[in-house]
Amino acid sequence: MTRKTRRLWIVIACLACVGSAAALTLRAFSSNIVFFMAPSQVKANPPSPDRTIRLGGMVMAGSLHRINENGTPVNAFEVTDGQAAVEVHYTGILPDLFREGQSVVALGTVQKDGGFTASEVLAKHDETYMPKEVADELKRTGKWDPRFGKAPDASSWDTMTAKKAGG
Amino acid sequence: MFGPEQGHFALALACVLALVQFAVPLWGASRRDARLVGLAPYLAVSQLIALGYSFLCLVMCAVSDDFSVQNVAANSAVSKPLLYKITGVWGNHEGSVLLWTLILAVCGGAVSLFGRNLPDILRGRVLAILGGVSAGFQMFCLLTSDPFDRVFPAPMDGQGMNPLLQDPGLAFHPPILYTGYVGFAVPFAFAVAALIEGRVDAAWGRWVRPWAVAAWCFLTCGIALGSWWSYYVLGWGGYWFWDPVENASLIPWLTGTALVHSAIVVEKREGLKIWTVLLAIATFSFSLSGTFLVRSGILNSVHAFANDPARGVFILALLAIVIGGSLTLFAWRAPSLTSTGLFSPVSREGSLVLNNILLCSICAVVVTGTMYPPFMQLLAGRTISVGKPFFDAATIPLTLPLLLAMGVGTALPWKRAQLARTFSHLYAAAGIAAIGLVLCFWKLSGILPIACGALAVWVIAASVSDVLRRIGIGHTSVQGVWERMKNLPRSSWGAALAHIGAGITILGLCGMSQAEHAIVEVHIGETRSLAGDDWTLLDVHDYIGPNYKAMQADIAIRHNGKLVTILHPEKRDFTTQSQTTTEVAIHTNFITDLYGVIGDRHGTGQDTTYVLRLHRNPLAPWMWLGGLVMAIGGAFSLSDRRMRIGAPKRASARNMARA
Repeated sequence: MTRKTRRLWIVIACLACVGSAAALTLRAFSSNIVFFMAPSQVKANPPSPDRTIRLGGMVMAGSLHRINENGTPVNAFEVTDGQAAVEVHYTGILPDLFREGQSVVALGTVQKDGGFTASEVLAKHDETYMPKEVADELKRTGKWDPRFGKAPDASSWDTMTAKKAGG
Repeated sequence: MFGPEQGHFALALACVLALVQFAVPLWGASRRDARLVGLAPYLAVSQLIALGYSFLCLVMCAVSDDFSVQNVAANSAVSKPLLYKITGVWGNHEGSVLLWTLILAVCGGAVSLFGRNLPDILRGRVLAILGGVSAGFQMFCLLTSDPFDRVFPAPMDGQGMNPLLQDPGLAFHPPILYTGYVGFAVPFAFAVAALIEGRVDAAWGRWVRPWAVAAWCFLTCGIALGSWWSYYVLGWGGYWFWDPVENASLIPWLTGTALVHSAIVVEKREGLKIWTVLLAIATFSFSLSGTFLVRSGILNSVHAFANDPARGVFILALLAIVIGGSLTLFAWRAPSLTSTGLFSPVSREGSLVLNNILLCSICAVVVTGTMYPPFMQLLAGRTISVGKPFFDAATIPLTLPLLLAMGVGTALPWKRAQLARTFSHLYAAAGIAAIGLVLCFWKLSGILPIACGALAVWVIAASVSDVLRRIGIGHTSVQGVWERMKNLPRSSWGAALAHIGAGITILGLCGMSQAEHAIVEVHIGETRSLAGDDWTLLDVHDYIGPNYKAMQADIAIRHNGKLVTILHPEKRDFTTQSQTTTEVAIHTNFITDLYGVIGDRHGTGQDTTYVLRLHRNPLAPWMWLGGLVMAIGGAFSLSDRRMRIGAPKRASARNMARA
């Protein structure tokens, strides 16, 4: 085996592996990328029910209630970004850090009736922290400008929204 | 004696020593001045002593509750147990950077002590590179994240630590993981030194490999420990979430695994030299970017450093110098390295090349998946995320040929192999793998888990049969087998063990893909069944812990009416931090984990119900057990005489004396 043929073999193996890696990556990207959406974006152009998205916003104060579906507990709450609110259904135990009036990110699909069924709810934050996506959304909707001090207190901000949404 | 000022001074002293350690040996080596080069080990050891003292000072500050130190005030509290006061030192940004540089200094010290048989010039250059990296990060520590900053006025008590982090698993996870990350600095330094020298030979491969293997063992342990922690602490029933922090440790592990294998080719056959040097540089570069970019939040969000832009800019500059510098040197000098060993594609070398290509392809996929969301955020302004479905779909198909090649590779001879002959050694293993395939069809569902499971059995069977063949089972007498067992190099035993460990981990992952869970809401005394087991909620009671209130459940699990175990999952409420944590209860028989979590309480009186999450996780412990076996395999091959630096020299000296 000469140096040239050996090199040829290595190049072929490299191309095959890198090619299949690229093909797999692209295929996986096309079906598995998860977009982040705020409730107002969901209301404006709802994604198709087979598309998984991440929905982020504030849990509307006083909206959490429980439904029992055949012995399985379902948590229902509304997530808002100050413009619109989406009803979220989640089967399972809400994370330890889940609070009404605080930010939350839910992974799931939008149903035909406009509700959101979550397969996972994330609330990895403490009293002061909010997920970056939610903070960005707040800035985008003009609820908070970082140039003028800290983010508004989550609970007060949210009751304000709740009233606005109600009225 | 151990105040923060002394610690600060010692850190500054270590930084100066590291700078000298960088400059003097390099200058000496270029002038061929043996005295200057000979200074390097002394400088490395004194830098280690100064840094060790500095670290000790920080530990003493935390232990003695010196809340005038900003770092201690922000992360410790009087009521914290002593163990967590000590381990809490590296549970925050400043302390972990200090620990990082300390481990780097320990590596330098180890090269000085164990590298006595290296040529002086090479050792000097290796230590100089390590010193340079050290100096950079100590400067980062001193200028932007000083762990010894004082605060005035000093608070009466510290702010305490996240209760989630008060866990022995997490306490020892960072040092082990960091040792893995930082350990790859030594192969990196060897690679840069070889590029400066313009020479890579079999001896270089022999010197580099033990360091790479040692770092790889630590990284393997660190990843397994981190995954185990998230399994039993976070209570989601998952073990790997493919989030950027986890991927940051997996990426250098993949290239590090490739490095450990390609260095064998350099050592035995003087081939793949340029590639091995590149892998050494890439692995350490990934370690560096992993620890610093991801952990400090640059990757997650480019704006996370907004409150302290100096830190982000400094770290980016440092990464650019280390990674850019070494790659430039590589581009300049690599063409002068030529390989001599010729081999056919079907040979041990060929299979190692295939292993490297596949590992690097998997690595490229993981890098793409990790980097794509932040780049999309930056360029297109769209927030997206990729998760488990993406990584599963893209990496598992690439793992299958890797597993297949793992079994064949060790059976192939060097240089040129005859396929028919090799396959005749593998009949038994293939038979066992076929049985495994049938078992997998019976037990598992889904094409990928079945294929992975059968291939994992194949890897284990092929590794065992390879060892059996080498020690001559069935060919020679019992005495002959014993003799051969003693003569079989430990690195062969280690390789077999590591491959078996990989097989065990893959089997564990396949088992976990079949995990079942149920979320139920029950009254006390009610029974629900999950996958053949009956789970009964016997009782729930409240109690008061040292700094929390807890709700504890008693859940009895019966299989066909026979009591298996009683689980006691808890929910703890830490009032001072206003945080709740979930204490998972796990019953394991090393085949199946029964995993119970208690959620919220609803209603009052007779109508009180509790939400429970019940998991049945087949083969879960095997995932971490396999990691441990892999690391033990690595450690075993480290104990091989041939791997110990300088051993060949001694052996040849003895042979000469005998002659």
